[in-house]
Amino acid sequence: MKDRIEFEGVTFRYQEDAPPVLKDVDFFIEKGEWVAIIGHNGSGKSTIAKLMNGLLFAENGEVSVDGMSVNPDSVWEIRKKVGMVFQNPDNQFVGTTVRDDIAFGMENQGVPREEMVEKVAGSLRDVQMETYENHEPHRLSGGQKQRVAIAGVLAIAPDYMLLDEATAMLDPKGRQEILKTVRDVQEKSNMSLVTITHDLREIVAADRVIVMNKGEVWFEGTPREVFAHKDSLSSIGLDVPFVAKLTEEMKQYGVSFRKEPLNHEEMVEELWNLHSTK
Amino acid sequence: MELTFNEVTYTYSPGTPFEFRALENLSLHVPSGSYTAIIGHTGSGKSTLIQHINALLQPTSGSVKVGDFVIEAGKKNKNLRSLREKTGIVFQYPEHQLFEETVEKDIAFGPKNFGVDEEEIRERVDKALEAVQLPEDMKEKSPFDLSGGQMRRVAIAGVLAMKPKVLVLDEPTAGLDPRGQKEMMDMFYSLHESEELTTVLVTHSMEDALTYADEVVILNEGRKYMQGAPLDVFKRKEELRQVQLDVPEVLEFLEKIEKEFGVSIEYNKQPLAELAKELTSRLGRRDDYE
Repeated sequence: MKDRIEFEGVTFRYQEDAPPVLKDVDFFIEKGEWVAIIGHNGSGKSTIAKLMNGLLFAENGEVSVDGMSVNPDSVWEIRKKVGMVFQNPDNQFVGTTVRDDIAFGMENQGVPREEMVEKVAGSLRDVQMETYENHEPHRLSGGQKQRVAIAGVLAIAPDYMLLDEATAMLDPKGRQEILKTVRDVQEKSNMSLVTITHDLREIVAADRVIVMNKGEVWFEGTPREVFAHKDSLSSIGLDVPFVAKLTEEMKQYGVSFRKEPLNHEEMVEELWNLHSTK
Repeated sequence: MELTFNEVTYTYSPGTPFEFRALENLSLHVPSGSYTAIIGHTGSGKSTLIQHINALLQPTSGSVKVGDFVIEAGKKNKNLRSLREKTGIVFQYPEHQLFEETVEKDIAFGPKNFGVDEEEIRERVDKALEAVQLPEDMKEKSPFDLSGGQMRRVAIAGVLAMKPKVLVLDEPTAGLDPRGQKEMMDMFYSLHESEELTTVLVTHSMEDALTYADEVVILNEGRKYMQGAPLDVFKRKEELRQVQLDVPEVLEFLEKIEKEFGVSIEYNKQPLAELAKELTSRLGRRDDYE
């Protein structure tokens, strides 16, 4: 039995007479890795997330978590392993205060009270919302809600954490902070991280990227491998990092690059070569 | 239509344990026909600010002037209807507010409420659909059978059908894919021009602010922190970083180039190809290019 999430020949459609949203999809998420899933709207990304924690079930093929098939019988076990944060946090608040809301997940899992109090405070600190413990979730701003929703999942410390555009409403700095927090937790506990995102910096930082297009896995590889396909990426509605675009333009002026740069540091390194070449 | 905020303070739940001052002594002038981007850290008061524009919120102290309409602390608002007819707000995730059986009915809901006659409504619905670039045959469909991006366009069409003079956009592209984001921002810009709208955009995207806005307002903890033309504001990198904001990536990159190579390249919205050319010639061997 392997500790990983596995999709084997997964097909899914929302209505019987509708075309499939996912077509014969195969991939896996290893323990401890960070995988970014990208794709245009309607490419099937969110459906994948929902299949991972049993909000939906595969029509054909199998989704399994640590060797356990995701089905109506296993769904509660699965959800202990797989924590999920959605894009719109309004759909997932249950508590009347931020504190209650974060405690909710732990209550479901029978965490003792003292431990719970500590974890609520700790996870709120992690997302820099410690002064909001007694606030009403629905009165927070969009970005603050997203922070609280993430704290709620961090408190349960799942084996797999799915973030479905869960930072879309944060400002760029806040997004990086939250991601760093999640990364720290991931490294400490060997948690796997699956982020569904359009944020290019986030994609560049992931270990592996799965590109979805029209319900199929279009490409799978490291960020560098993915962004080497600049033209075809834009043909399926996706963007490439600023540095990759600039690289492409500079090639037009005869500049050659040893390694395709993906971030500012790598670009500067390449430019030093240009600068010092005799 | 011009907007003026005059020393506006807004406090949520005053006198309760939840009391929270979201805006503090904020003064702001948005000229008629301008495109203003409002930027700020999460919780800086952006959404509170825009809810004053159509009097969904009333200042705790100070006043807001929208065209001839004045919203003042402690005074009952008269004639709210006409204010709300002229100020269209596209809230975050507006597609969550769709509810009618058909796209046509949903778009018609606003004007119908304001007593616009049937024929005029039909015209406005067609025009609004065209403006958001949805096909006419979509009118009879249920909005709930559409994709997320299409649903958002329907919701926006509903706002446009009111024929607003002021259009307020609260992170209108959140959750759209990159192509969808660009298409939507371009769409708003062309509406801004063709309808001569006064546009207020709340965004986290420095890139969008730089591309589309004439003026940028930076909020921090409920106060106005900076205001000016985008390129002028984004030059003040240190001040922005102090309030946890980044500058557009291209400016950040050019700053790094200056630090590393001592080569300073002025950014004035030149296309990427031109920038690449400048970089190549300034950083490369001189005799190759001169």
